[in-house]
Amino acid sequence: MKKSIFVIALVFFVAFMILAAFNMRIFGEPSVSEMDDYYIQNAQAETGANNVVTTIVFDYRGFDTLGEATVLFTAVLGITALFREAAK
Amino acid sequence: MKNEMSRIVRTVTTLIYGFIIIYGFYVIAHGHLTPGGGFQGGAIAASAFALLVVTYGDQGVKDFLKIDVLSLVESTGLVLFIAFAFFGLGVTFFYNFMANSGGLFGNSAIIGINPGDLNTGGTIPIMNIAVGLEVLAALGVIILTMSAGSKNTKKKENS
Amino acid sequence: MIGNFPYIAVAILIGLGVYTLIFKKNLIKIAIGITLIESGANLFLITLGYRKGSVAPIYTQAPEGMNMVLPTPQALTLTSIVIGVATTALILSIAMIIYKKYGTINTDEVRRLKE
Repeated sequence: MKKSIFVIALVFFVAFMILAAFNMRIFGEPSVSEMDDYYIQNAQAETGANNVVTTIVFDYRGFDTLGEATVLFTAVLGITALFREAAK
Repeated sequence: MKNEMSRIVRTVTTLIYGFIIIYGFYVIAHGHLTPGGGFQGGAIAASAFALLVVTYGDQGVKDFLKIDVLSLVESTGLVLFIAFAFFGLGVTFFYNFMANSGGLFGNSAIIGINPGDLNTGGTIPIMNIAVGLEVLAALGVIILTMSAGSKNTKKKENS
Repeated sequence: MIGNFPYIAVAILIGLGVYTLIFKKNLIKIAIGITLIESGANLFLITLGYRKGSVAPIYTQAPEGMNMVLPTPQALTLTSIVIGVATTALILSIAMIIYKKYGTINTDEVRRLKE
């Protein structure tokens, strides 16, 4: 009884995802790209680096990189706290 | 211990782990010219630590990689990253105040397709080095702590 | 319709990950299912930003006179991969501690919080 409800829910979910994949935009033609065209045109003049992806990660959107470094630091903090021996 | 790795594995590891660390530092340092950067180079250099732990076991590496030194390196990397974000607070947070000026890392790039110049970029190469140090030390601490803690979690003996 | 093949691959990956989460009882297999769902999400992000007949967005020795791909989804995927590494490390450590306390990692027998 419980297993058949799970099987029906999984079939509905996978059918919904494949139907959405058939109705997406044509692969290879993005609809809006004005922000990325500005980044490609002006990244070399403003920052002086050749790699546009690195300037986006560290200069135009540096705040997200700060959040990601904090997530990595918190994961190491949690693992060190789990494996600590209890003081006798 | 009776079961240690064979002679071929130990010899090849001793010859190769230095080159893997140098390749990781190359990818970190040239992050603003070629594909790569801080996170990718730190993951490449941490795989050398994983190779050492697999070959020599947890007790054989204890004099070479200490957890306290690696934890200090990780904290230094994160503090350096946040400090260079606060220096540009005259205009805004995370402002690139060293780009296109005369001093360290201050050349201007030629517009268009060019072979890269290492002296350009502003604060981007310094942030690459800080994040690379942090990712290298964080992955090394994770590998060493989980490998040392797996000794206490072995199968319980029913005596 | 056959040109949409990367989106169908994303749907298959997420479907397999959800199947592993529902029907398997071992904790390590559940961790593998979580990693499969995150791989599907990363592939979807970088598929969104492709232009037909373009090259990578790097100016060092690029070929002449060609367009460039959108660079913003690649920056978001980098952050997502690192967060996936942190999540997998934490869930595997919790599985090791559960094995030390209970002696088994079958989720049908790990029911109540023990001392």
